Amino acid sequence: MAFQAYGGEGWLLTKLEQLINWGRKRSPWPLPYGTACCGIEMMAALASGYDLARFGAERPSFSPRQADVLIQAGTITKKMVPIFKRIYDQMAEPKWVISMGACACSGGVFRTYSTLQGIDLVVPVDVYVPGCPPRPEGLIYALIKIMEKIEKDHPLRKKAAEIGIGG
Amino acid sequence: MGLKEDVQNTLGELALDFLECQGDLSVTVPKDKIVEVLTKLRDNLGFNFLSDVFGVDNSVFYEKLAKAKAKKKKGEEDKEEEPQGPPPPRFEVVYLLLSLETNKRLAVKIQVPEDDLVVDSVTCLWKAADWPERETFDMFGIRFKGHHNLKRLLMWDEFPAHPLRKDYPLEGQGEERILEYND
Repeated sequence: MAFQAYGGEGWLLTKLEQLINWGRKRSPWPLPYGTACCGIEMMAALASGYDLARFGAERPSFSPRQADVLIQAGTITKKMVPIFKRIYDQMAEPKWVISMGACACSGGVFRTYSTLQGIDLVVPVDVYVPGCPPRPEGLIYALIKIMEKIEKDHPLRKKAAEIGIGG
Repeated sequence: MGLKEDVQNTLGELALDFLECQGDLSVTVPKDKIVEVLTKLRDNLGFNFLSDVFGVDNSVFYEKLAKAKAKKKKGEEDKEEEPQGPPPPRFEVVYLLLSLETNKRLAVKIQVPEDDLVVDSVTCLWKAADWPERETFDMFGIRFKGHHNLKRLLMWDEFPAHPLRKDYPLEGQGEERILEYND
């Protein structure tokens, strides 16, 4: 009985979840992983002209430990895959991934022996941004999509299911 | 005196063949004399800068050439068949030289047969040859004797093939780098 508030759709649970989501949604710190020309568009999106900080992506975090959203902007070569995977694994939960540009989504024009044909082969991707490269607006739209996804998340219920209480 | 005569005088017997194309001069020299040739060119003609070293795989080019020849022969069958020599060496290694004093350029070519892929390294003349020779080794499998650190430059160490060879498919043969890593 005592844990009922944590399971189901209790008032405490929903309000707390809303609070957590509110916090997460408004501070999706990006990990900029710019490997090609998409990186330049990402820089433009982060700079004053488009100012991604308006959406809470206040500090590009070059340490994966303090980042929430991995922005993969550019080609990943097969040689780079272990490093990329390692950086993704080093990010703390919760984490999201934006696959920015044709190369990151599918390998793009580089259908060759050296290029990874889409980063979704090695990491789970939340939002794909098409374009070669996409405009900064595209990246901003992707970030807003991530925020919508965060809003629909149920972090406490997930946690409760993990440790096996509530229902 | 033109550059061609200069090179001819400096190299003498070592210059096997000259090719002048669009104002660029290239000279073919024997494979086992490459260090000697480049030393002469550097010290006597002032080619003191090595721009690049790269390999060429001529196998498809020769195939096409042979096909065109065969077609031509069919047209004029009355002609006697020419004696077929041994097939030309498959690979070439090209050294691009630049003289910083006279601003002249020269390409030095050596021909490398498929069954003898060892070439003397020129890192003793120019340290700049280090990475280009590694790249040539990586992409064509041509080994450079005397190179101090001959390992792959672009592909990962365990990569099994030499991707710029013409018989290697563009999309690869399914090589993937192993994802596992040790912490």
